[in-house]
Amino acid sequence: MSSNFDVIVIGAGSVGVPAVMSLSKDKKKILCIDNMSSAGQVNNKRAIGGVRATHSIFGKFKVCQRSIEILSTWKELYGDDIGWLSNGYSFPAYTEVIEKFLLSLVNERSTLGLNISYVKPDEYQKLVPGILMEGLRGATYSPEDGSCSPLLTCNAMFFKSIEYGAKYAFNEIVLDVKYDNSVFVVQTNKNKYSSEYLINASGNNAKTISEMLGFECPVVPDSHEAAITEPVKRFFGPMVVDLREDMDSKNFYFYQNNEGQVIFCLTPEPLIYGVDSDATSEFLPLCAKRLLKVYPRLTALKIRRQWRGQYPMTPDASPIIGHYDENKKFIQAVGMCGQGFMMGPGLGELLNRIVNNNLTEDDLRTLKSFEPRRDFTKGEEIK
Amino acid sequence: MSERLIEHPILDITPRDEVAFFWNGTKYNAYSGEMISSALIANGISIFGHHHKDDMAQGIFCANGQCAKCLVIANGNPVKACMTVVLENMIINSSEGLPEMPETITDKENVSIKEYEIDVMIIGGGPSGLSAALELNKNNINTILIDDKNQLGGKLVLQTHKFFGSVEDSFAGTRGIDICKQLAQEVFQSKNIKVWLNSTVLYVFKDKKVGVLKETEYVLVKPKIILNAAGAREKYLRFSGNDLVGIYGAGAFQTLVNRDLIKSSKRLFIIGGGNVGLIAGYHALQAGIDVVGLAEAMPVCGGYKVHADKLKRLGVPIYTSHTIQSANGIEKVESITIAEINKDFQIIKGTEKTFSCDTILIAVGLESLSEFTEEAKAANIKVFSTGDALEIAEASSAMFNGKIMGLTISKELGAEVSEIPDEWFKKAEILKSHPGSIKIDTQIDRYIEKISQNNNTMKNMVFPVIHCYQEIPCNPCTTVCPTGAIKIKDNTIMGLPIYEGKCIGCGKCLLICPGLAISIVDFRQCVDSFTEAQPIVSLPYEIYNFKVEKDDEIDVVDIEGISLGKYKVKEVVTNKAFKTQIVKIQMPVDKSFKAISFKIQSDEVSKPLESIIFSNNENKEDKSAIDKKTIICLCERVDIDTVKELIKKGITDINQIKAITRMCMGPCGAKTCDVLLRQVLKQEGISIEKIVGNTRRPLFVEVPLENFIVKNK
Repeated sequence: MSSNFDVIVIGAGSVGVPAVMSLSKDKKKILCIDNMSSAGQVNNKRAIGGVRATHSIFGKFKVCQRSIEILSTWKELYGDDIGWLSNGYSFPAYTEVIEKFLLSLVNERSTLGLNISYVKPDEYQKLVPGILMEGLRGATYSPEDGSCSPLLTCNAMFFKSIEYGAKYAFNEIVLDVKYDNSVFVVQTNKNKYSSEYLINASGNNAKTISEMLGFECPVVPDSHEAAITEPVKRFFGPMVVDLREDMDSKNFYFYQNNEGQVIFCLTPEPLIYGVDSDATSEFLPLCAKRLLKVYPRLTALKIRRQWRGQYPMTPDASPIIGHYDENKKFIQAVGMCGQGFMMGPGLGELLNRIVNNNLTEDDLRTLKSFEPRRDFTKGEEIK
Repeated sequence: MSERLIEHPILDITPRDEVAFFWNGTKYNAYSGEMISSALIANGISIFGHHHKDDMAQGIFCANGQCAKCLVIANGNPVKACMTVVLENMIINSSEGLPEMPETITDKENVSIKEYEIDVMIIGGGPSGLSAALELNKNNINTILIDDKNQLGGKLVLQTHKFFGSVEDSFAGTRGIDICKQLAQEVFQSKNIKVWLNSTVLYVFKDKKVGVLKETEYVLVKPKIILNAAGAREKYLRFSGNDLVGIYGAGAFQTLVNRDLIKSSKRLFIIGGGNVGLIAGYHALQAGIDVVGLAEAMPVCGGYKVHADKLKRLGVPIYTSHTIQSANGIEKVESITIAEINKDFQIIKGTEKTFSCDTILIAVGLESLSEFTEEAKAANIKVFSTGDALEIAEASSAMFNGKIMGLTISKELGAEVSEIPDEWFKKAEILKSHPGSIKIDTQIDRYIEKISQNNNTMKNMVFPVIHCYQEIPCNPCTTVCPTGAIKIKDNTIMGLPIYEGKCIGCGKCLLICPGLAISIVDFRQCVDSFTEAQPIVSLPYEIYNFKVEKDDEIDVVDIEGISLGKYKVKEVVTNKAFKTQIVKIQMPVDKSFKAISFKIQSDEVSKPLESIIFSNNENKEDKSAIDKKTIICLCERVDIDTVKELIKKGITDINQIKAITRMCMGPCGAKTCDVLLRQVLKQEGISIEKIVGNTRRPLFVEVPLENFIVKNK
C-alpha cells in the first residue's frame, strides 16, 4: 500500500465510513485506519438504528435530514437492502413540562419544513396500539423519520467506498500523529502514513487522537445498555422516546425494526463512564420495569440479546465538528453523543465539503453550533 | 396416537393420562406432561411451521431448548415446542412466517431482584454435575445445582444401554437410566444441595453475579466457585438439503425415543460412526425403527467396536469411508444420497447410492459447552469444568471426573479433604481413553485344542466366549464372575478380558457385558465325539420387542454379522433384573464359538433405490440435479454460497459476516453456525490466526420480558 494520501480518516465507524465513501467518490485518495478487524465493530454495531431529523439544534436537524435522504433512497440507488423503514419518531408526553417543550419543538421544526405534528392520545394509540394511556397528554409524531440497520448500512457504505477506491488499514492502532510541513504523519503499530488532511472520526478515542496533535477535546464516553427481542409481525409504528427520568434511569426509547424485532435502549442513572462494553446484570430488570409500564403489550415478547455501547459525550451534548483556526486541515468529527449513526451519512458529505472548501450557508450555520472551541456550558433541550 | 412406543425392551411404559389439544384447529391427544414437540410427532406431525424469511419448513432440531426451529404458537405465544409442556385444551398453531405479537399482559409488578449467595454453583445436572454435587454435599458445602430440564440426569435420561467403565468407579454394567435415578435420588436427599430444575443460566456477568432464569423468574446468584457441567452440543454438517425437516442430532433423536417414548421415524439413516451414532442406531432398533444404514467418513468407525458389531449383527449395514452427499425431499427428508470418499475426503464419482428414509441423524461429534467457563473467567470468578464441558468423553468418565472436581472444589473452599489419590487421576485418564487397536485373540483356538485333546472333559465343559477384541475402559465381566474366571492382563481396565479358570455357566458375564459380546458355549449335555458335538450356545439379546420365541428359526451371525446358518431357538430366558434375554440354540461345535447374535433386520430394509438422486452441490452444470442449498445458519437461513462470496471478498472477521448476513444473530446465538462457519473459512484457505471470532453476548436463551419483573400482584 502506498503511504501518501489526500485524506486519512481515523476510525471506520458510523462517521468514518460514510466520510470515506463521500470523499473517495470524488476521486480523493483516502485511507481509513481502524484498530478493529473490520468496519463498524465498536459503537456502530451497538447502535439502535433510529434516524430522526427531529432535533432542537439546527445543525443536527440539517445533517440528519440529509442522512434520511441518503438512507431512505439507498436501496433504490444502489440495490442493497439496509433495512430502511420510514416508521417515524414519536415523543409521548406524560408530564406538563415535557408537553410544553415538545409543543415548542413542533412549532419550531415545522416552520423549518420538517413533517412533524403533535397528536392527541387517541390518535397516538392508533400509532402505538396498547401504549399507556394513563397520564398521556399527547405525542409528537414525525412520520418521515425512520430507522435502518446500522450494521448493514455501515457495510454497504464500506463496500461502496472500496468500489470508489478507498483503502482501509484494519487492525492498526494509531500510536502517534504529527503535523510537519503541512503534512500529517500517522504512525501506527504497523505502518507510517502521510496525508494532507486528517479527519478524526475515532469515536471513543476522540480525546486521545486529538491530544496527539495538541488539541483539547472534551469527549468522554459513557455507557448505555440495549437489548433486542425475537421478531414478530409489525404491531406498532414509530420509535417511542420516553423523555421522563426515573429513579435509576434517564430517558429510554424503543422501536420495531425492519426484521420485526423490538430494540430498546436506556440511559442508566447514575451514568456509567468508560468503554467497558459488557452488559450488566441489572439492565434487563431495570428496563423491563419501565418498558412494561409504558407498553404492557411487550409482556410475552422474548428478549434475544443484550449489549452495551457508548455515547462519546461532550459537555453540551452536541458533536464536535470542524477545524481549528491554527490547523485548518485537521478536521474533527467526534463527540456524536450517541447520534453518530443518524448523523453519519449527512455528516460524511459535510466533511467532504469541508475538505473541498465548498460549504453552503446552511453548512456554516450548522458548523457554528458544533465548533470545536465553543462554549460547552449551554446544552440542548432534547438529547 | 399412532407413533408411540407401546413396548420397549428396557424402558417401562406405564399408562399415562391423556390430554386433548388442538393443532391448527384439529383435536388431538397428548400425554399429560409431555412436550408439545413430542405430542405433535406422536400424532404424525413433523412440520411445525414455515420460516419467515423463505418459507422453509421448520421442525424439531435440537430437542434441547437451544435453537428455535421447533417454534409453534401455543395459546397465542410463540414458544419452543421442545421445552413447552402441552396443556389440556391448549390451542397450538403452526408458526407461519413471523408470529403475531402475543396479547398477554403481565400481572406482575417489579420488586427488587432476588439475590442468592452460595459457595458453589453447578451448571448442569448430568452425570458429572450430579457426581460433583454429591462430593460437595459430603463436605458440607452449600451448592446450587441448576438444570434447564424438568428432571435431573442430563443425557443419562436417554441412555438405555449398559455402561462401560468399572463397577466400583462408574457403575459399569448398569444402564444409564438406572444410574440416573440413583444419582438423582441421592442428590435430592442431600441437605447441602439446592436443586433448581427448569432453570437456565443466562450469563455470568462481570459484576460476579450470574443471571439465572429460575423457572419463570430472573434471579441473581453470587457463587464463590462455578462448576461448569453443562455438557456439550452436537456438531452439524454441511451438505445439500441439510435444512430439511427430519434431519437432527442423535441426541435429539434419543430424547424423542428414549425420554418421550415416541416412534419418531420409520426409516432412519445415521451419519457418523462414533459411539453416539452407533448407540443411537441401536436405540432405534430397540424402539422398532428400521435403521437403513450408517455412514462413517473414516475407514473405521471411531466408536467402540462392540457397538459397531451390535449394529452389524442385527442387520444394519455400516458404510465406512462414506459421506452424505445430499438429503433429498421437498420439505421433509424423503431419501439420502451417500457416496464413497477417498483419502482426501473427496467423493468418488460413481459410488453414489440413494436410500429411502424419513430421518437422518447427524452424529459427527460434540463440542464442549465452554461459554460459561469463559464468562466466569472474564468476571474473575473461580471456575472449574467437568464432564463434556471439560472434554468430550463417555459418561462413565464424566461421573468419575465429576467426583474428582467435587473434591477439588471442596478442598479449594477449605474443607478437610484428604489428598485425592494419584491413582484417581490415572483412572480418570483411563476412563476417557479412546478405543485402542483391534486384536483378534485366539482364545477360541485354545478352547478347541483343550477340548479336542480329551473327550472326557467335554461332559463338564461350559465356558464363556468373549468376543471383545478392542481395548476399551471396561471390566464388569471380571467383577461379576463368581469364580473369578475372567481376568484382564495386568489388572488394568483397558486390557482385553480372558477366560482362565472354572466356569459354572451362571451367565452373569453374558448379562452384564455392555457390549453384548459374551456368549456361553455349553457342552455338558453333549454325548457325541467332539467334532460332532452340538453344544448349546447362549446368546445375549435385548431387543425383545422384536420377539424371538422357542422354535423360531433365527439367522445366527458372527461378530461381523456374517451368517452362520439358520437354527431353531431351543429356549429363551428373560432376566428381568438385567432386562436382557438369553437366547439358546444348538449348533455344530465349529460354529458355536463364532456365534454371538442373530439378524433381526431384513436386507430389504437397507436396499438402495434403483435411481440415484443427485444434488447440484458438486456439479452446478448438471441440469438433472436438484438445486438444494447447503444452509450454514438455520436460524437466519444463510446459505454456504453467500458466506463463501464474502470470504472471497477478503472478510475473515466473523463479526462482519454476522453484520452482513445476520448469522449468529438468530435465536440460538451461534450455537450451530459458529462451528460450520469456521469450517468454511478453513476450507477457503483462511488460517486460524486470521479468523476473528464471534463476539458472544447474553442471553444464553431467549427469555420473555415479563420474567425480568418478578412479583405477582
